Amino acid sequence: MKLKGWKELTPGAVCTEAGSALKFKTGSWRASRPKFIEENCIQCLFCWIYCPDMAVKVKDGKVTGFDYDYCKGCGICALECPGKKGNKAIVMEGEGK
Amino acid sequence: MSKVVAVTGNEAVAEALRQVNPDVSSAYPITPATDIMQRFTSFVSNGKVKTEMILVESEHSAMSGCIGASAAGGRVMTATSSQGLALMWEELFIASGTRLPIVMALVNRALSAPLNIHGDHSDGMGARDCGWIQLWSENAQESYDNTIQAFRIAEHMDIRLPAMVCLDGFIISHSIERIEYLEDDKVKNFIGEFKQVNPLLDLEHPVSYGPLILPDYYMEYRRAHAEVMSKVPGVVLDVAKEFEKMSGRKYGFFEEYRLDDAEVGIVILNSAAGTTKDVIDSFREKGIKAGLLKPRLYRPFPYEEVGSALKHLKAICVLDRADAFGGSYGPLFMDIASSLYTCKEKPVLLNKIYGLGGRDYLPEHAELVLNELAEVAKTGKEKTFKEYIGVRE
Amino acid sequence: MATPSGITLKELSKKEGLLTSGHRLCAGCGAPIVVKMVLLAAEGPIVAANATGCLEVSTCISDFTAWKIPWIHNAFENAAATISGVETMYRSLKKQGKISKDIKFIAFGGDGGTYDIGFQSLSGAMERGHDMLYVCYDNGAYMNTGIQRSSATPFGADTTTCPAGSVIQGKPQQRKNLTKIMAAHDIPYAAQASPSHWMDLVKKVKKALSITGPKFINILSPCNRGWRSRTDDAIMLSRLGVETCYWPLYEIENGVTKVTFKPKEKKPLVDFLKPQGRFKHLFAPENEGMLKQAQEVVDKEWESLLKASGTE
Repeated sequence: MKLKGWKELTPGAVCTEAGSALKFKTGSWRASRPKFIEENCIQCLFCWIYCPDMAVKVKDGKVTGFDYDYCKGCGICALECPGKKGNKAIVMEGEGK
Repeated sequence: MSKVVAVTGNEAVAEALRQVNPDVSSAYPITPATDIMQRFTSFVSNGKVKTEMILVESEHSAMSGCIGASAAGGRVMTATSSQGLALMWEELFIASGTRLPIVMALVNRALSAPLNIHGDHSDGMGARDCGWIQLWSENAQESYDNTIQAFRIAEHMDIRLPAMVCLDGFIISHSIERIEYLEDDKVKNFIGEFKQVNPLLDLEHPVSYGPLILPDYYMEYRRAHAEVMSKVPGVVLDVAKEFEKMSGRKYGFFEEYRLDDAEVGIVILNSAAGTTKDVIDSFREKGIKAGLLKPRLYRPFPYEEVGSALKHLKAICVLDRADAFGGSYGPLFMDIASSLYTCKEKPVLLNKIYGLGGRDYLPEHAELVLNELAEVAKTGKEKTFKEYIGVRE
Repeated sequence: MATPSGITLKELSKKEGLLTSGHRLCAGCGAPIVVKMVLLAAEGPIVAANATGCLEVSTCISDFTAWKIPWIHNAFENAAATISGVETMYRSLKKQGKISKDIKFIAFGGDGGTYDIGFQSLSGAMERGHDMLYVCYDNGAYMNTGIQRSSATPFGADTTTCPAGSVIQGKPQQRKNLTKIMAAHDIPYAAQASPSHWMDLVKKVKKALSITGPKFINILSPCNRGWRSRTDDAIMLSRLGVETCYWPLYEIENGVTKVTFKPKEKKPLVDFLKPQGRFKHLFAPENEGMLKQAQEVVDKEWESLLKASGTE
């Protein structure tokens, strides 16, 4: 990414593009990744509310998977997942599997 | 019709602020600036201004509140002195680095320790490199005029930098002088409507103020800031021209008093310049070609123009009402010396420190200096580069 | 799952997220979870100020900002003073007829920028009565600069400025009770919340934002770096914080205290301390007295809250 010269900067370093952090993909930080096992999902949405990186994809009130562009692999979702009858809907597996 | 009144410097500044009628003011009292805000808040309490006040719990919060309000998108002002300015020091850099056109009256007062509430320039000088525009005022009229012009300069779309107007504590802030006020609507039209730049309150375009900047960009931001500073002198002159049309009073980067054909000269800021000008007149009557230069735009300092104005003299004494400890010379001296550095033929330069902590500067001090300068001009030799005057041994 | 209040995760999930991905807070950090929940609870436009610290530094770097609302970072100790300025300009422009929208103002600060260096400006803002909500994400130390102790650091915790050594066993002082100090300012609303109990947190934020005047909410925000815990246990630990009554969930509205969550079974404090490496030394036999002292302080505070709440 080419760095800007001083003439191209915004006055006072003000960021004028809201949400521009989306250009920074934190997915590369992962050492492990969450795997979605849909049949065990009760759609409680705990994973969605507890994710620090807003990386759980939800459509029409239903979890559809993970946004691996940003997921840092913290594992909160997997730990908090209640699952169905003792079987988790999210398990962590090593990155690069 | 402009009004002729007998008022103190603080009263005059408060009146200017009333006429400008800012959107918000965030302020904390400190002697001798206090009564600017006391007078202003009585305007607020009586519905004479639309200003919303934030009576904060410290000067640091005063400038923080100003920054929040200015970034939100409106006209903001405050006033302080000495320890108050020192307490808000980090915020001064943040205000200028964020390019917010906040205007502040700085009633010059000595810095502690020892604690002293009287007038000297150590506070303003201590903040000279923080990226604020600095205008220095000799008397109540200049304080009033500079305050009004400061808003136009600071808010200029090529500039957008904070500006402080300096006036001597007690000597000017609390002494009654005869000055002229402009009409309310003249000032209102001169100031105009505040133009917002990236206001926080614009919900359609959410902005983030104050990012972390790493070594890959910080220097570029500083370079951009220096570029903006370089445009200030031009704007100062443009605004002064417009102001002259409205008021009949002329302003520039500095005042030159009988300097054109002078052989010896004094460079001095603020109220003591007034005293010195009288002494210069009496020396002129004696046949000594004395002159004076009184800077008005101190930051950014107009080095080239000052150098041009002074280079023909034989001997100059720079009188500093603040010392730059460890810097060997007073702050004003160092800027004057820099302005003459590139000249082939340089006047002999002397530095004297006077008037600290409200110590009176009297005509006899000016006489002492001019007599010494006359000697130096004759012989081309000085006896001491720098000394304190008016001090008991 | 229908709830009496009508607040469901399903409904909340349909809202636009106002803090985006791509921020650079650590994996498993409690702070973005707290902020996410606070912003989801809000209905209507928000303008925020943020004290220097982990949250601020990681969400706005160079021209990358994770904020989709107007946001200002000024310095470390003045989030409250800065938002006071923004809120006052809003009032001024609204009075002049230049703004018509209803905007709410929130200041975010860590325990460093709130309990300690930011205490003065917070107290000033609360006393002046600005219409604002101050949210403290309390992770119990100056985390951004490397885990130095703050007045919010728990008794006995190992930090980089009060490390557990042979002469001193971690922080010798008890935590400052900032929530009660804020309530003592006679503000209309002060509360404690935890991300583990998201519904309680969301309700509190909604209630606070519906009140005009200065409000304060203190939210427990686990930091797996400073707490020496795991990257996946932020919610688990904050839940234990609540269930051991280390971090009681209550609100003080117009001076009236109400405990908003009573654990079915009050767990012993060691359940909260054990999973955290910063308390490891407290489990040495010679430090048994410290554990006892810590438990006593938690119990005393919990008893006094129950009494004040009339829910003994």
